[in-house]
Amino acid sequence: MKTLAELQAIRDRMKDNVTMRSGSGSIRAVVGMATCGIAAGARPVLSALVEEVSKLDLGEKVTVTQTGCIGLCRYEPIVEVYEADKEKVTYVKMTAEKARRVAEEHLKGGKVVTEYTIGAAEK
Amino acid sequence: MKELALNILDVAKNSVKAGADRIVIRIEERDGWRTLSIIDNGCGMPPDFVATVTDPFTTTRTTRPVGMGLPLLKLAAEQTGGTLEIESSIVPPTGTTVRATFRIDHLDCVPVGDYAGSIVTLIQGSPDIDWLFEYRRDEGDIVLDTLEIRAVLGPDIPLNTPDVLLWIEGSLKGE
Repeated sequence: MKTLAELQAIRDRMKDNVTMRSGSGSIRAVVGMATCGIAAGARPVLSALVEEVSKLDLGEKVTVTQTGCIGLCRYEPIVEVYEADKEKVTYVKMTAEKARRVAEEHLKGGKVVTEYTIGAAEK
Repeated sequence: MKELALNILDVAKNSVKAGADRIVIRIEERDGWRTLSIIDNGCGMPPDFVATVTDPFTTTRTTRPVGMGLPLLKLAAEQTGGTLEIESSIVPPTGTTVRATFRIDHLDCVPVGDYAGSIVTLIQGSPDIDWLFEYRRDEGDIVLDTLEIRAVLGPDIPLNTPDVLLWIEGSLKGE
């Protein structure tokens, strides 16, 4: 069972390590979480992104957030990646597995996973 | 929706959008019935909106005039012989309660599914809201109140910190 003591330990650890906190990153990964996205499987995609960002220690650089309907329901689950001075990248028909690869190669490595983008899907 | 947990994730977002700062999600299983309640203290809905809110062509979304959230929950309940009820008030603004009932042994009753995943997702998306989740069932109750978690963490550590989310998920799963 999870105990409050473990929670206190997290708190004490965080006090010393401000960089572990998420929220101020220069890259935003946004997951569509309206009815269409949820029905198509957006929840595991979001979980995978959150998990990988934490595992790859990208918390300082990357913020994972949720949004409503993007208006492209047939392409859900959708992940949009925003980065200052760069064009938005839209990943479509995502899965948890694809999300992990995007985290590793794009969010960490800076290289767009072209085959998952909407441009590739529309070809 | 393949799991009730996905309906919960979807419909609770309406409460977030209504500006609620306290959202209660309760699942109770008793005498063969499962009751899901989502209770918020948000802005509420006017009576004419409540009257049509389970119609797919009633929605607050702006990308297109179709909203399937409540209609899908209603369908999930009614296909088991259950019901969907909505109480809401704007004057006074007492918030909204959505209550759906399901006959558990009905062939078309969807499983509860990954409730922990849905609650963690809601908290990740709206860490400033006070969430109370209660699952009352024969195998033992599960209760998680973010007010208690916040009391331990203090004001500087947000609920959507990865380590905190992992703790919450483990706690919800009874790990």
